[in-house]
Amino acid sequence: MKKINKTSLNGFINYGIVIAAFALIQILLLIQKKLDVTILSNSLQSLLVPACCYIVMAVSLNLTVGILGELSLGHAGFMSLGAFSGIVASILLQNAIPMAPLRLAVSMAVGAVFGAIGGVIVGVPVLRLQGDYLAIVTLAFGQIIKNIIMVLYVGVDSRGIHLAASKERFDLAADGTAIIKGPMGAVGVTKLASFTAGFVLILITLVVVQNLVNSRSGRAIMALRDNRIAAESVGINVTKYKLMAFVTSAALAGAAGALFGLNYSSTVASKFDFNTSILVLVFVVLGGLGSIRGSIIAAALLYILPEMLRSFNIAEYRMLIYAIVLILVMLVTNNDKLKVLLGRVLPKRKGVVNDG
Amino acid sequence: MSFLNNVITGISLGSIYAIIALGYTMVYGIAKMLNFAHGDVIMVGAYVCFFAMGNFNLPAAVGVLLAVVVCTVLGIVIERLAYKPLRAAPSLAVLITAIGVSYLLQNSAQILWGAATKTFRPIVEGSLVLVPGQLSISYVAILSVVCCVIVMVALTLFTTQTKMGKAMRACSEDKAAAQLMGIDVNTTISMTFAIGSALAAIAGVLMCSAYPVLSPTTGSMPGIRAFTAAVFGGIGSVPGALLGGVLLGVIETFAKAYISTDLSDAVVFAVLIVVLLVRPAGLLGKYVPEKV
Amino acid sequence: MKKKNLAALLMAGVMCFGLLAGCSNSSGETSNPPASQPGSQESQPSGDSGNAGQGSDVVTIKVGGIGPITGDLAQYGTATQWGAQIAVDEINAMNGPIRLEYDFQDDTGVADTAVSAYNKLKDWAKNDPLVIYGCTTTAPCVAVASETYADRYFQLTPSASSPDVTANKDNAFQMCFTDPGQGTAAAEYLKNAGLGTKIGVIYNNGDAYSTGIADAFIAHAKELGLEVVAAQTYPDDKTTDYTVQLNACKDAGADLVFLPIYYTPASLILAQAKQMSYAPIFFGGDGMDGMLDMEGFDKSLAEGLLLMTPFNASGTDERTKTFVETYQAAHEILPNQFAADGYDCMYAIYEACCQLDGIADMDSAQLCDALIALFTGGDFSVDGLTGTSMKWLESGEVSKAPVVVKVVDGVYVTQ
Repeated sequence: MKKINKTSLNGFINYGIVIAAFALIQILLLIQKKLDVTILSNSLQSLLVPACCYIVMAVSLNLTVGILGELSLGHAGFMSLGAFSGIVASILLQNAIPMAPLRLAVSMAVGAVFGAIGGVIVGVPVLRLQGDYLAIVTLAFGQIIKNIIMVLYVGVDSRGIHLAASKERFDLAADGTAIIKGPMGAVGVTKLASFTAGFVLILITLVVVQNLVNSRSGRAIMALRDNRIAAESVGINVTKYKLMAFVTSAALAGAAGALFGLNYSSTVASKFDFNTSILVLVFVVLGGLGSIRGSIIAAALLYILPEMLRSFNIAEYRMLIYAIVLILVMLVTNNDKLKVLLGRVLPKRKGVVNDG
Repeated sequence: MSFLNNVITGISLGSIYAIIALGYTMVYGIAKMLNFAHGDVIMVGAYVCFFAMGNFNLPAAVGVLLAVVVCTVLGIVIERLAYKPLRAAPSLAVLITAIGVSYLLQNSAQILWGAATKTFRPIVEGSLVLVPGQLSISYVAILSVVCCVIVMVALTLFTTQTKMGKAMRACSEDKAAAQLMGIDVNTTISMTFAIGSALAAIAGVLMCSAYPVLSPTTGSMPGIRAFTAAVFGGIGSVPGALLGGVLLGVIETFAKAYISTDLSDAVVFAVLIVVLLVRPAGLLGKYVPEKV
Repeated sequence: MKKKNLAALLMAGVMCFGLLAGCSNSSGETSNPPASQPGSQESQPSGDSGNAGQGSDVVTIKVGGIGPITGDLAQYGTATQWGAQIAVDEINAMNGPIRLEYDFQDDTGVADTAVSAYNKLKDWAKNDPLVIYGCTTTAPCVAVASETYADRYFQLTPSASSPDVTANKDNAFQMCFTDPGQGTAAAEYLKNAGLGTKIGVIYNNGDAYSTGIADAFIAHAKELGLEVVAAQTYPDDKTTDYTVQLNACKDAGADLVFLPIYYTPASLILAQAKQMSYAPIFFGGDGMDGMLDMEGFDKSLAEGLLLMTPFNASGTDERTKTFVETYQAAHEILPNQFAADGYDCMYAIYEACCQLDGIADMDSAQLCDALIALFTGGDFSVDGLTGTSMKWLESGEVSKAPVVVKVVDGVYVTQ
């Protein structure tokens, strides 16, 4: 009983942090507008939406890696599915739904659906495997998704939607618009994404993930993580619960992808490669496996860090410093001796549960 | 004839994957960690050999030797500084650190040696002509196949016959038990990294001899491919790495030649998935049933 | 050590060349390019031409560059960064009416990072007039161009060549050929030169630049009645093995292989073709420039290679020679067309700014509109390293003559 109270309290704190951060930024923006002073620079403001996307990505990946306990190296693939399906949806619905926020919401929902479909296709075969074999197969699926979108042509004209796997077979009428053009990706996308939408998406993600984790199903999923055989022996359906976590995670990634895709006028498939999957994994591990709050904070900070490093005049050392920070943080947070040392310097941290 | 050509191409490509995969699988088998920085150690090895041969006019053999020495030292240093403090940490923490090391090596290389692509001078040139104008095998390919086999045999002998090798296998089975039997686990794992990095240096030189371009990111893609090959063959299995590497190369080449160059990546990875679904531990991997 | 020797040797070679041919070129001191010459042609649609900032009033324009200076594409980004730097230094040393203040931000070749880099530049400029120079590669450039379009900044890219960069954006201009333009020009050239009865194409279908040229080339070649017998692709520039693609071309009997790709993969293709003793004529796009300068590259592999490049590092005119020397002194490598395009971009911006009236009072948006009017006015033209009297179309596309060069004894010979 006490444990449950603690977890739900934890959940409320997460909502609180997100809402407070959103409110703070909005207030700062308001002051900035009223007083005409620079508090949040342009570059910081431009990072708000992608940071929201990466927070959702991190929280959703944490569901797979931290809560379900399976290493996934292909999370960017679902983001890619969401981004491109979301973009296509937003363009197709341009006339049907003139209201931008609603169109964005629908596009994100479409992105989530496609992410989920991808999740099912990947999940059913993949989740039979374990450990590093599962990791390599998710990596493989990430590459396959990237490769397929790279050769995909999608367009719409008066006759309807066209899909083709190569330029030659892509016969679009003269009046049509090409939406995805193979390696050129999607260009000419109307930017629909907004910080508020990102904020709402984070809240929805938190509601979904935290309720799942605290539900009966969530406990079943965590039981699978902690000891699959024991969980199986008490009648937990392995495939069902694994798939539940995996597909939820993929759907959220799809929604984040749609938001991300609709934040830029052009998106290419090669953006969502292995490196992006790794980037999100870094957020999750750094934030603490299984810790939702950790994921949120780590994603926000680490996404903004390389951009903040621009302020110093060290262009070519920027990524080098990022790498060093990454290694040092991993060492400090995971080495017992260093942790003790750190514990003396810093006040005791409570939120981060490191129970991977 | 084109079929034979494709077979030769596939094996040449595969032998490069295989020699990288051998290093990967060695480290994974003993230390149980995915060393994502392995590909970048390869890059460093290739650069060392490049400068030894290009700037100091040293013979190829000395260049290779230097590369092996530098990479071995580098491997030990990385292990001591970045991985050793994380011995007790969850494996994912080590994975992320390895990724950090990978970024570190890539960016250091760019600052030290510039981003511009360099052309590597192959350590052996020319090719064996089987049918003039139609069929030939490059000497590098032959050399890398020979190297693969030698390394495979040497590693197998080393791990089964020598004391250190046995200690490694003991660590791989159960670190705590190995410690209790008087094996210095830390030294053993450092030794593993030293051997893995030395292999990386050889792989780097061979890879850049076969495909003579060199840039700070040269190692990343073959690193992933070799990882795939290692898993394909059964990660941790030394003969598996060789088999996985060669098969991956052949499948990739055939996919490009007979299916579509557009979708070759997708085909390669699809085959990998199917193989893993049928044999969940890879081709030659041992499937260890979990015990309660 | 050998590197230095080689550089010295090359430098000496270049200088000798210059001595031989130097007299013919008397179009002025290199360090003072004809900034005022185009201006004197009274070209402005808005009225009389006068130098902005009369007398001692020096106007500072901020130029914010974006390109990949870390990661896979770093070699291209650094080239555009460094080439432009040389031009900026020259311009500021001239003490003309306009000073350029230059900053360059890394985008790692990725669209979202490019947008962040762009915003960083906006912060850097604050309220001063800002012109955006970049991005180096297409995908980031498309994303940034739609931002600059909305925010009204003038943007000139040295090397992002897709028509998507400038499509529906009046503020975005290119210094390089567009991809379809280059593909079409390549096909035209082959038709006119009577080269290649059977043509193979190998391109990177994961890259907008490469696919853009290849698509246009294949389409136009068919219109011209050229026979394209094989179109082979590979997924990214990290691919190492091209034997299958080459074999396909060989089996199809291609006697000319068109390679609209960057020089790094192209150098592998040449080496592998040699290994399988396949010797068609190889024909490349402007991305191929730079191959001869790769450290350690065996130049005999490129013998007979045709490529379309606007820039020739062994060019004999004073301006090119000075540029090459300065570049080499600073970075120890020869500049390629990315660097030269970057250099030309700075001069285009500078010369255009010199022609604007009342530039001292303009903010970025006004400057943007004035520059657009000037660039598309039809009379504004720039002489640079990559072309003479380059003009711009309404679409933002540059119009300059494509030059085909052939590699003979390790140097470019204009065809």
